[in-house]
Amino acid sequence: MARATRKSVTRKPATTARVKRPAHRRPTRRVLVLVATRKGAWLLHADAARKTWRVDGPYFLGHIINHMVLDPRDGRTLLAAAKTGHLGPTIFRSTDLGRTWKEATRPPAFAKAPEGEKGRAVDHTFWLTPCHANEPNAWYAGTSPQGLFRSNDGGVTWDPFSVINDDPQFRAWMGSVQDGTPDGPKMHSIIVDPRDPAHLYFGMSGGGIHETRDRGRTWTSLVQGMEVVEGFDAANMAVHDPHCVRLCPSNPDRLYQQNHCGIYRIDRPSNEWTRIGKNMPKQVGDVGFPMVVHPRDADTAWVLPMDGQTVWPRTSPEGKPSVYVTRNGGKRWQRLDAGFPKSQAWWTVKRQAMTSDAQNPVGLYFGTTGGELWMSRDEGKRWTCIARNLPEIYAVEAAEVH
Amino acid sequence: MKVLIPSPLRSYTNAKEVEANGATLTELLADLDRQYPGLRFRVIDEQDRMRGHMRFFVNGEQAFDMMCSLRPTDAVQIVQALSGG
Repeated sequence: MARATRKSVTRKPATTARVKRPAHRRPTRRVLVLVATRKGAWLLHADAARKTWRVDGPYFLGHIINHMVLDPRDGRTLLAAAKTGHLGPTIFRSTDLGRTWKEATRPPAFAKAPEGEKGRAVDHTFWLTPCHANEPNAWYAGTSPQGLFRSNDGGVTWDPFSVINDDPQFRAWMGSVQDGTPDGPKMHSIIVDPRDPAHLYFGMSGGGIHETRDRGRTWTSLVQGMEVVEGFDAANMAVHDPHCVRLCPSNPDRLYQQNHCGIYRIDRPSNEWTRIGKNMPKQVGDVGFPMVVHPRDADTAWVLPMDGQTVWPRTSPEGKPSVYVTRNGGKRWQRLDAGFPKSQAWWTVKRQAMTSDAQNPVGLYFGTTGGELWMSRDEGKRWTCIARNLPEIYAVEAAEVH
Repeated sequence: MKVLIPSPLRSYTNAKEVEANGATLTELLADLDRQYPGLRFRVIDEQDRMRGHMRFFVNGEQAFDMMCSLRPTDAVQIVQALSGG
């Protein structure tokens, strides 16, 4: 059983910028930010005003942590998807907010292939999603190579979920290791409709977006309107590369998507995505990885643009980092960069590494591959670095705890 | 037989060297997993293949086949292949 060592340090924001706090009711629940990195995990505990942060960690120093998520249904169970440079993938579970951890007794693993066939092996669990509020202790996991798994016991044991892991059609869409992202093709953006636990979405990089309304018995593809890299045929599911899909909590019929080829919105029951990224400034473009939606306003969403030209640098365009917000469902976008470096900052932010809290005003958080953690406590108007010198940040989640 | 445990697996065994039994590497890993639950999956995948950065040596010779025979007097070494950074 791996041991998690940790230290606590209280830090003021790393920048000296003074931030005027808008008048609002003092929240009763405090924000906890979960940071998963290539070399371990950290927890950052906020004060009530989200101005001072207590850094707690590292947990699992040296382990590759792709995702760490707090169960919103009990407010104390943490799951961490882990592997190391040598050891195979596993899931660690804490039921006391990180004080103690236990390893899953049966981590996500593909079915054993029939004799003579080459079966797949999970390289790492990439994505964790708590199931519906009415399904306590149930979780979904997405893996690399792409696989979908479910646990019904709080992450202790995992089983393949639905038919897709071994379905010939899905396997063709998933492609090979060479068809995915540089560190392996990903199953991600596993979304549970808050109105219906049988209604799920997921995304595959590559392999498109898929939906079930019968708890995974049957699936329908949802890629109409999505563009693909020039020269490829959009009718080929395998070349669709959604980077991050988010459902609006305040309007579960609306989803936003950051794709390899642009930013999109869909309003169900329509089956067609609209490329709202065409309204972004041309010199910035609409390429990126994360997508963040407002917890209470379905017209508001944030993206973090990256350079998608020529050899796909995936760094802040022109070395000038920015977040863009839309307040009207993607008709117009506004640049938000107060507090960011004005030049020579070549940031990359991965698809799980940007998120929001649910406070008012909304707090935004993202982590760079250079190990900096930034936040805004006023919905992006002003940004502050709250931690730096961390390892490469893979995922950032915000939760609220008593 | 004696089994040398590499540092990434000592959180399971709490020891550099442990005793385990088996007539093959497969059986040996099964016995190690009985004693130290979870250890096997970290070094052998769900298709019963050695993981990419783990190596197995029997009396100093690298073993590539999980069905290779073992004797009670053999010394088995599990090694992490170079994979830093």
